[in-house]
Amino acid sequence: MAEEFRGSARYVATPDLKSAVNAAMVLSRPLLIKGEPGTGKTLLAAEIAATLSKPLFEWHIKSTTKAQQGLYEYDAVSRLRDSQLGDARVKDIRNYIVKGGLWEAFDCDVQPVLLIDEIDKADIEFPNDLLRELDRMEFFVYETRETVRAKHRPVIVITSNNEKELPDAFLRRCFFHYIRFPDEETMTRIVDVHFPGLKRDLLREALAAFFKLRETPGLKKRPSTSELLDWIKLLVAEDIEPAALRGDDARTLVPPLYGALLKNEQDLHLVEQLVFLHRRNAR
Amino acid sequence: MLVRFFFLLRDAGVPATIPEFLTLLEALRAGLSGADPEEFYFLARACLVKDERHYDRFDRAFAQHFNGMSDALAIAARALPADWLEKLAEKNLSDEEKARIRALGDWDELMQALRARLAEQQGRHQGGNKWIGTAGTSPFGAYGYNPEGVRIGQDASRNRSAVKVWDRREFANLDDDVELGTRNMKLALRRLRRFARRGAATELALADTIDATARAGGWLDIKMVPERHNIVKVLLLLDVGGSMDDHVRVSAELFSAARSEFKHLEQYYFHNFPYERLWRDNRRRYDEHVATNEILRTYGADYKLIIVGDATMSPYEITAPGGSVEHWNAESGETWLRRMLRAYPRSVWINPQPATVWARTRSIELTRELLEGRMYPLTLSGLDEAIAALS
Repeated sequence: MAEEFRGSARYVATPDLKSAVNAAMVLSRPLLIKGEPGTGKTLLAAEIAATLSKPLFEWHIKSTTKAQQGLYEYDAVSRLRDSQLGDARVKDIRNYIVKGGLWEAFDCDVQPVLLIDEIDKADIEFPNDLLRELDRMEFFVYETRETVRAKHRPVIVITSNNEKELPDAFLRRCFFHYIRFPDEETMTRIVDVHFPGLKRDLLREALAAFFKLRETPGLKKRPSTSELLDWIKLLVAEDIEPAALRGDDARTLVPPLYGALLKNEQDLHLVEQLVFLHRRNAR
Repeated sequence: MLVRFFFLLRDAGVPATIPEFLTLLEALRAGLSGADPEEFYFLARACLVKDERHYDRFDRAFAQHFNGMSDALAIAARALPADWLEKLAEKNLSDEEKARIRALGDWDELMQALRARLAEQQGRHQGGNKWIGTAGTSPFGAYGYNPEGVRIGQDASRNRSAVKVWDRREFANLDDDVELGTRNMKLALRRLRRFARRGAATELALADTIDATARAGGWLDIKMVPERHNIVKVLLLLDVGGSMDDHVRVSAELFSAARSEFKHLEQYYFHNFPYERLWRDNRRRYDEHVATNEILRTYGADYKLIIVGDATMSPYEITAPGGSVEHWNAESGETWLRRMLRAYPRSVWINPQPATVWARTRSIELTRELLEGRMYPLTLSGLDEAIAALS
């Protein structure tokens, strides 16, 4: 194998993730990544590109994005305006073809990494409209009657938040990996990578408090990896003592600066209520 | 042998297809998995499973197929010569570990015992404390928890929990028959949405504009279309109090999920069974009622009716006039439910009780008959079926 993805100094990849990425690269098939929000789905493409020194092309999908926009867009409105102003550019239709993310990636002189982010945001037909393009790595430009082919089949990473079911025909063509929420050991490594000099005891207490908070029943949005990292950043900045994070004492049952971990009102309220109950029982 | 595995997967309910299977074979030929079974497991999973809800089914099928394979290995191992065993043990043990084993007893004795156990063992064995196998506390075999154990065939440096990945079944709770959270519910309910263009024309219709402009000989002719709206209307009736107390949390989640998914959502409460009056605000249920008749008149037949309740009560509360536990009802609950079902042809009953106990409760059976079978459990797949029945 010429190139192999092994994670990086900034990104901790579990063996199953590495295996999926490498398989997708060797067989040049798109890799579909799902997982809880904040587990590093979008970062993955950037890390593959950085560690293997490949150029990265990003295509972020919105609810109004059409598959065609990734290939190219024919800017009819400017052409219309130019025609009404009598501009000479109007004679050549090429002047009004705007390249999309996929075309840019196809045109790249070395093998690039292409990120198609949050594919589930788009219309249900969107993935189906890309089947041929992803399969054959080529498409036809109707306006200029030419076929665009990929110079090098790009490494394609597609992320999804599971808001829509993706069509089977599309899934069949992809490799699939679900990024599981990291266990305590992996989490320690992730934090290590982000805060190399962190005090051991602070980290241990922070992780314990974090996983305990995640276990709280009834939370609407459980805190994720990216929220944990933000929180630790705050803890370090405020120079919090590790002992303050221990939950044995009723007064400190809620971890300090917990606003970084809980992002909605109901959850904050719920945790505060639990603390109240806990204190009353402790009395 | 992989063909058998492929069919086993399909039997287990993993919807793997032939092209995906061929992809796996292609990947194997490209040398992606090497000889490491764990690597092979990850590779096969990435190729064949495209939905995390199916991970658990995959794990089970994988264990069934490949643990059978290790039985075959165990049988082959019975004929192993002694020095081979010793070499194997030596190769896999650090000096420190060997010292620890010696502390337990005589090294040769241990080797003898190991060979004897290999010979005795019949079939696959997991757990327990005597046989060679997986996940046991016996001093023999890989993946064991006995700190003095002999670990065979495992990378000693690996600092991970020593249970096979597929035996851990970490994805069990992603399977879609389990109860669901708000987010899952939103996803399920979202399938009910139908979009249509209605109302004032506020968006530029680019294609139409270009077309009209071209037809007008190049002079701009702007065309507009109305914005897309979700046009599904839902009437939601929720059972509160009594036997529903156990299900309050899921029902509340369902409700909050439904709230954010629909523009037209009308919700009312009832107790045990809907009779001639319902209420909007549960805190003021005793003094602010709305007559069911009025509701039937207010909301047209294009509303979809979703009733959430455990339907667990005395059968009289459904069949007999005056059966209600709270007030005197002149007409039976059955009459009222029939009336509602007539008014809303698209209707379902969602029951938080697990489907397995339905047949045991007379009132649930009665309600189901009234709904002509359109009662679904409050699980992801149940909700899916309910949505399918509604749309």
